[in-house]
Amino acid sequence: MTAPLLELRNLSTHYVSASGTRVVRAVDDVSLTMNARDTLGIVGESGSGKSTLALTMLRVLPPAARIVGGQMLLEGEDLVAKSEEEMRKVRGKRIAMILQDPMASLNPLFSIGDQVGEPLRQHEGASRASAWKKAIGLLKAVRIPAPESRVTQYPHEMSGGMRQRIVGAIGISCEPRLLIADEPTTSLDLTIQAQYLNLLRDLQQDYGLGLIFITHNLGIVAKMCNLLAVMYAGRVVESGPVSTVFNAPAHPYTAALLHSIPRMTERRERLSAIDGQPPDMSALPKGCAFAARCPRVFDRCRQEEPPVFTPSPGQTARCWLAEGTR
Amino acid sequence: MRQFIARRFGYSLLSLLLLSLTIFLFIRLTGDPTSLLTEPGATEADIAAVQQKFGLDKPIWVQYAYFMGSLIKGDLGESFYYQTPVLELYLSRLPNSLMLATVAMAFSLVLGIPTGILAAVKVGRFWDSAGKLFALLGLSLPSFLVGLLMILFFSVYLEWLPSSGSGTFLHLLMPAFALGWYFAAAHMRLTRSSMLEVMGSEYIKLARLKGLTETRVIVKHAFKNALIPVVTLAGINMINMINVAVVVETVFAWPGIGRLLYEGINFRDFPVVQGVVIIGGSMIVVVNLLVDVLYALIDPRIRLEK
Repeated sequence: MTAPLLELRNLSTHYVSASGTRVVRAVDDVSLTMNARDTLGIVGESGSGKSTLALTMLRVLPPAARIVGGQMLLEGEDLVAKSEEEMRKVRGKRIAMILQDPMASLNPLFSIGDQVGEPLRQHEGASRASAWKKAIGLLKAVRIPAPESRVTQYPHEMSGGMRQRIVGAIGISCEPRLLIADEPTTSLDLTIQAQYLNLLRDLQQDYGLGLIFITHNLGIVAKMCNLLAVMYAGRVVESGPVSTVFNAPAHPYTAALLHSIPRMTERRERLSAIDGQPPDMSALPKGCAFAARCPRVFDRCRQEEPPVFTPSPGQTARCWLAEGTR
Repeated sequence: MRQFIARRFGYSLLSLLLLSLTIFLFIRLTGDPTSLLTEPGATEADIAAVQQKFGLDKPIWVQYAYFMGSLIKGDLGESFYYQTPVLELYLSRLPNSLMLATVAMAFSLVLGIPTGILAAVKVGRFWDSAGKLFALLGLSLPSFLVGLLMILFFSVYLEWLPSSGSGTFLHLLMPAFALGWYFAAAHMRLTRSSMLEVMGSEYIKLARLKGLTETRVIVKHAFKNALIPVVTLAGINMINMINVAVVVETVFAWPGIGRLLYEGINFRDFPVVQGVVIIGGSMIVVVNLLVDVLYALIDPRIRLEK
């Protein structure tokens, strides 16, 4: 059996303050597995560590952040152990990432053709002319009309939706094995969002890539993903196939998230929210990080941190309620 | 693009008109030049003759109209003191000032831009602190002090360089350094802050995500963007260097425009002061115009602005 596309084993990334006194466990002991053609949705509140996890996978962390432990196996190769030079050959080539702000992701001073063709020139040694030719094909693949004239244009001449597609074209330019999209639709309006999601799904099928969606939109997860990981305070509190998790969430946090989605079929005066605030990441409480907000909390939650349980095949949960299902 | 240039040109003319009025009035606040142009104890009649000769007996608005009238024809008038056309005096001093400014600018860019980039790339570390110290010294030590210290060290103690005058390349080194010193610090600080801003942008993140080498990220993606404000500042500073080198030129007895202005003020030589200021002002206005056009060439966003 071949190695999975991506396997994270007990991965931890911490931010350390300049004086070394404050440690933020932005990503803590995360284990996840996905195969080619899987679409993994990573959901969580702002500050739960989703984006840091994505940056960790590409090792483009800000200077204060360190990968402090664990392994990241891409097709069996550990990315944590790679040198910076080897890692550079992974970025844009085997793992690509789409950033969340299309308006700011493109360099204003270079033409679209130069920017889309750049990874090809870097990784495949393409000439400027052949990179441009390929760029036209890529723009066509992301359904930009009149790509021949668009390549000569500059980012400020494009709408937000078009720029986001161009960022997508840059992502797939070297036919990566894994594409990470960090909230790729937050700045797009709803109709453009739907188009963009369809585009990404088609690209995934055409190129056979693995896709990771970082989002706080469970609707997108339901539409796009077959796997789901829910993050809370730097940890994956629940993961598994989307159908299993949506039907039988094992963690009260997942259940609360699902419950907070407004439904057309219900008459509710108020939207339901999760009470309380996410904990201070530099001073996590003893026990389970969600205990203070959990509707089903009991004594043990405040004393001991729950380990990973397996409520059903392929599903994991860090919750004492799932104990005994291991 | 054509409309863009035309509009900028209109603003430029307006600024020059205001400048001419301002300098014309202000230089007349320094006092009456006839007292310096006549012998002590000269008769009323002699003084009146001198006033009449230079047109100083007419009402001030007539003098201004006359000044503007010849200015439009390209005539800056004649120096009270040297009795030669101001333009001729100016042009005879210009090569010296240009030479000084060019070397000072080259020095300030060669020192300022790389140190600015280094400080930004190594932000918060040794090179950044060294850069901050350099910027502090550059911006706070006045050029006359730097000039005098250099004369003391290189001319008096080491006897390597001539302390004043002009003629050889060696004469140029100290004044250019003293003049470029402040600007090097200014260019360094702007390069640093501009680089820092650009390095934090999303497109730099994306450039890294493309797997580009760090050198390529910095040189190609960051530097070109960071250069835009530095180009503006350098263009304006070039003109400043020609026209504001008064102190440095006086310290090193460098026969440039700065010293011409200094002499003009001392002798209440109105046409010289007016001429030097108007030409200097025109240069600043023209360079601003050129910088705007250059901007438009570097940055496509400005190019298409209506």
